[in-house]
Amino acid sequence: MENNYTKAQLTWLLVLRTFIGWHFLYEGMVKVLNPHWTATSYLLDSQGMFRSIFINMAGNAGTMKYIDFLNEWALVLIGLGLLLGCFTRLSVIGGILLLLLYTFSHPALIGVKYMMAFEGSYFLVDKNLIELAALGVLFVFPAARVIGIDHFLVRVLPVGFRKFII
Amino acid sequence: MEKDNIKKASEKTETKKSSAIGRRDVIKTLATVPLLGAMAYGLVKTRKNVLLDRDISDVFQLSTKNAVFLQPLENGKQIRIGLVGFGIRGKQLMRALGFAEPSYMDSLVKAKEVNPDDTRYDVFMEQGNLNVVINGVCDIFDVYSESAQLTGSNIKREGTNGKFGPLPKRYRTWQELVAADDIDAVVVAAPDHWHGTISIAAAKAGKHVYCEKPATWTVPETYLVRQAVKESGIVFQLGHQGRQTACYQKAEEIISNNLLGHVNLIQVCTNRNTPNGAWVYPIIEGSNPQTIDWKQFEGDPARVKEYNDYMKSFGLERYMGPEQRDKFSLERFFRWRCWWDYSTGLSGDLLTHEYDAVNQIMHLGIPASATSSGGVYFFKDGRTVPDVLQTTFEWPDRNLTMLYSATLASSRNRGKVFMGHDASMEVSNILSITADSDSERYAEKIKQGIIPTDKSFFTYVPGQSKVDAVTSATELYFAQRGLLYTYVDGKRYDTTHLHIREWLECIRQGQTPSCNIDQAFMEAMTAHMGTRAYLEGRTMYWDREKEEIVRGEKS
Repeated sequence: MENNYTKAQLTWLLVLRTFIGWHFLYEGMVKVLNPHWTATSYLLDSQGMFRSIFINMAGNAGTMKYIDFLNEWALVLIGLGLLLGCFTRLSVIGGILLLLLYTFSHPALIGVKYMMAFEGSYFLVDKNLIELAALGVLFVFPAARVIGIDHFLVRVLPVGFRKFII
Repeated sequence: MEKDNIKKASEKTETKKSSAIGRRDVIKTLATVPLLGAMAYGLVKTRKNVLLDRDISDVFQLSTKNAVFLQPLENGKQIRIGLVGFGIRGKQLMRALGFAEPSYMDSLVKAKEVNPDDTRYDVFMEQGNLNVVINGVCDIFDVYSESAQLTGSNIKREGTNGKFGPLPKRYRTWQELVAADDIDAVVVAAPDHWHGTISIAAAKAGKHVYCEKPATWTVPETYLVRQAVKESGIVFQLGHQGRQTACYQKAEEIISNNLLGHVNLIQVCTNRNTPNGAWVYPIIEGSNPQTIDWKQFEGDPARVKEYNDYMKSFGLERYMGPEQRDKFSLERFFRWRCWWDYSTGLSGDLLTHEYDAVNQIMHLGIPASATSSGGVYFFKDGRTVPDVLQTTFEWPDRNLTMLYSATLASSRNRGKVFMGHDASMEVSNILSITADSDSERYAEKIKQGIIPTDKSFFTYVPGQSKVDAVTSATELYFAQRGLLYTYVDGKRYDTTHLHIREWLECIRQGQTPSCNIDQAFMEAMTAHMGTRAYLEGRTMYWDREKEEIVRGEKS
């Protein structure tokens, strides 16, 4: 399988995967390490057509505990998976789902203002969506089977795992 | 096709190789693991920034306890209410009791249809049932009286086509209502010049009283109300619903923990800029001499005499009238707050809320002196009460001044600010504290860059438990916009509802409400001192021994 990639392809796929993994892991760990962190204000700041769903979530302190926990640890696990190339496809799917949720909560729409303003100018496509697309690329080029823990897993786990897990 | 072959071939190769893992495979497998070390370094640094740099618990000690409200008894007895006055405030108080006009319910439903984010309908429907029944209503304007009856019968909070309960009895006079056997408690929402008289009569009849602010219109009746309430032992609550604001309880703790240093100046304000805010209320359709009992509107002869005597003996005739008291006037009926003949002006209507909040937070009592100035500077509509007013109250024993500054013609936002040597605190539905750049208490933390001085460093939002750290930018953003406080325990609440609930629960549980008759006495006297200082143009002093207002020299 490793023969299918040129060295340059492998290198850039590796860079892309570790960068995204690094980004997710750091975001997750910062939240895990900060006992005061909560997504409440982010959710309350939601805009667009799904606004009320996210605001309702934020209104319930009980639910928020679980949402915060899931968000923090999903970020950490996805980040670790991508960074180490471990269960990469599963991590990619998780990452895409999270980024989709962020996009639905904070869509880049014209005339919509957010508390934490985007640092550039965006319309529909923002950095979350670009990261999401990059994850799509990693899904169809599972190069972690060449460099990454998946290189080992691909040998020991049944072939069925390859479709969506590694 | 070719691709598939390659894929299959490579999978075969992989399977073959799987049994033999060499050094190169180990390197390929674990190639990115060292990155975790770099990440760990960053995280250790971050954690320091996140936690240590915001910790102020050594100089800022505050409990995590949230506001406490008297909780309703289960199976408490039903309380039978009589309402006097169904104007703007009377309608609001009825809603707080759980009874809304059907047309109002229609408007809430419509508002929600137009804007799904408009939650007023849901909030009202979720408002707790206070286990009361409206047995009697009295308003001297027929339209209001009939509307009050319909509202009192709207026991299921329905719109125009809903099913209603029995109509409460309409009383033509408040005297009959107060005397009724099937009424336990009276809500007084009549104009200011009637507050004292109705409260006294209700107390003497053994009825519990919830009276709108201010407690009284004249100085002499203030003593009589206190006497009547104390002698009868009824439960009296004055309508300063601010007492139920969670932030005020926290503010009290902050002051008593000395977190602001010595508070030497308090600024409280009224900032309004609309005709409605300046009491130019609409003239309601159907109002005329046949539908309004003007004789009753004129007031209690005993009170009117107290008012006339005071005004005349101090040469204040220019503030009286200008129309004769017995002359029917729709303006005076609906916009009575604009004339001293019925009103207590800015002092009674709006200063009292501010004073009561400050008194709740700092327990100041009646000030030693009051000095006022102002005038009718914008609303030249024939009113006699000022639309711009400044009053300074002094508490030399506490070494502080409270400045009340009001205008009805500019809405520039000026908050309720407690200024201390170490920090200042602004209180509204949220509370924020800004350190003083010359503070001693926070000097070290300011030097270390942990406490900023160009913006507030601590914000309390009801329901939020964190109290030991500098507030983050995000929290501040929401706190300033009041987006978080509306949800306490997952539910939004209305302070007027809580204030009435407290009164009813005190009746049931034999307790004393937060804005009881002693608080009411202080509130009324303080407002009267400010008013008299304005009218007479001289400082008014409070003789604590004799419990009397004493005039200063004319300046």
